[in-house]
Amino acid sequence: MLAFITELLAAPAVGTALLIGSLVAVTSGVVGVFVVVRGQSFAGHALGDIGTTGAAAAYLGGVPALYGFIGVGVLGGLAIERLGERARERDIATGIVLSFLLGVGSLLLYFMTQRISATGGPVAILFGSIFTVDPAVTLPVALFSLLALLLLGFLYRPLVFASVHPQAARARGVPLQGVGILFMLALAIAVEESALVAGALLSTALLIGPAAAAVRWTRHIGQAAAVAALLGLVTVWLGIALAYQSYFWSGAHRGWPVSFFIVMLVLLEYLLARIGPAKRASRSDAPREAA
Amino acid sequence: MSSLNAELEREDAVLELSGLRVRLGGRAVLQDIDLRVRPGEFVGVIGANGAGKTTLLKVILGLVRPDEGQVRIAGRDVRDARSLVGYVPQSFSPDPDLPLRARDLVALGLDGARWGFSLGGRQRRGRIDEALSWVDAERYADQPIGRLSGGELQRLLVAQALIAQPRMVLLDEPLANLDLRSQDDVVDLVGRVAHERGVTVVLVTHDMNPLLPVMDRILYLARGQAALGTVDEVVRGDVLSQLYGHHVDVVRVHGRILVVGGTDSESLTCSTCDG
Ligand SMILES: Nc1ncnc2c1ncn2[C@@H]1O[C@H](COP(=O)(O)OP(=O)(O)O)[C@@H](O)[C@H]1O
Ligand SMILES: [Mg+2]
Repeated sequence: MLAFITELLAAPAVGTALLIGSLVAVTSGVVGVFVVVRGQSFAGHALGDIGTTGAAAAYLGGVPALYGFIGVGVLGGLAIERLGERARERDIATGIVLSFLLGVGSLLLYFMTQRISATGGPVAILFGSIFTVDPAVTLPVALFSLLALLLLGFLYRPLVFASVHPQAARARGVPLQGVGILFMLALAIAVEESALVAGALLSTALLIGPAAAAVRWTRHIGQAAAVAALLGLVTVWLGIALAYQSYFWSGAHRGWPVSFFIVMLVLLEYLLARIGPAKRASRSDAPREAA
Repeated sequence: MSSLNAELEREDAVLELSGLRVRLGGRAVLQDIDLRVRPGEFVGVIGANGAGKTTLLKVILGLVRPDEGQVRIAGRDVRDARSLVGYVPQSFSPDPDLPLRARDLVALGLDGARWGFSLGGRQRRGRIDEALSWVDAERYADQPIGRLSGGELQRLLVAQALIAQPRMVLLDEPLANLDLRSQDDVVDLVGRVAHERGVTVVLVTHDMNPLLPVMDRILYLARGQAALGTVDEVVRGDVLSQLYGHHVDVVRVHGRILVVGGTDSESLTCSTCDG
């Protein structure tokens, strides 16, 4: 076991993967708690999907995929937030932005398959590329993560208020729209970073999975954020270790994708959280009146 | 009524509405509402669904602009009076898994609109504990709110509205979805807020009966218009018939008041049907 861990850490691609994976896990876990509490997982998922378009454009333009992911994610997030001011409209706005940008993305992916030099690109974009990612993007990933976490720190109280009890928050002077837009920025960063690790299609796994489990187990938002970040870290580390291992089991000397293992682990966490005991119920014995 | 008005002229009003008119979606929702409420007074706002009760509260909060008329809070414009008003919005039912304790919900009323984290501190904790004690919620202060009863939640919302020490609190249908005992508990609590703490209370509900023991005046809304006064002055056949625009009777049985008459369910509340 120890030998395996030292060997794992010695491989340079694994070192970069672990570093970037950890940054992404923490950011996604913390942002994810608010996504779950606000009921915005559809928007999160859409941002991951539309990231494909940006990443494909970046590939074709010779720019690191990270910038394409984040650029389109931020623009898409702002469009969703601008178009869908009321909760009821939000899902419709999300759906429209999603299908428009995915349409453009499918064209770009098609162009990529036409270029011999970029044929591996679509798979990397859709399913993640953590072992082949350029170590030079580690610093930008770290800076984006820091930005997202600082944004959440700044927003913390009004964001909790606006998420939990929007009408009361509005009456107390919380600018609901401004808070929503700034949160969308943090969400776009978290999702698109995660797309780099787990792929555009599975980027919400790290966002929603650990957070959904953490929310069920904890009693306040700070605690939930810490548990989600920790669960995310464990998930990414285990996922990377298993993917590295799979190089040896699977014939043909080709490892299975990290995203597969991450998604399986996330599913396991979520099932444990649903089946296992939730947070302790109220000691008062009065049952909640039917709404 | 005239002597009461004269008395009100002399006192500073916490809330003053004059000549209020609100149109929404091309319809007159509120017309010619005049109201002066003094410190520590408990005003019940009664009316059927769609009578304009929530709109009235939103106007007082500055969330809806009146087309005509004025709103003054302690002599100030509503925009400068935000800190003087506590608000409990209509219907709040958090997700059962929401990771938020009772004390966190109450704390939002203290500094939930400020940027960043709270730095905690003993003084802040003391204020939160104190607000929890006003509503007898110490017992479940550290419980997650998603698993509390409707009555317990309603108490916490009252504490949230009171913690910043406003001059007035507005409560929108706080009795909906509560059993009779919890309704009486909440009314008793809010009554003490008004009469012992001197905080003006404006409470909206469609059934006046639970409020009878504590309500100082009633604002009865129908067809966008209002009748204002004590229960004895307003809840009378002649007054309500004029308000509704057709004949209604007021019947008192076992200390409860029933308003009956007409067949027009849009305009008429059966005050006890759902009690
Ligand atoms: N934003 C709005 N646009 C158009 N009509 C509205 C709006 N808000 C409320 N109304 C209408 O105003 C009337 C009063 O609504 P409301 O104040 O919510 O009534 P209540 O709280 O007494 O049930 C209703 O007929 C409602 O449909
Ligand atoms: Mg209403």
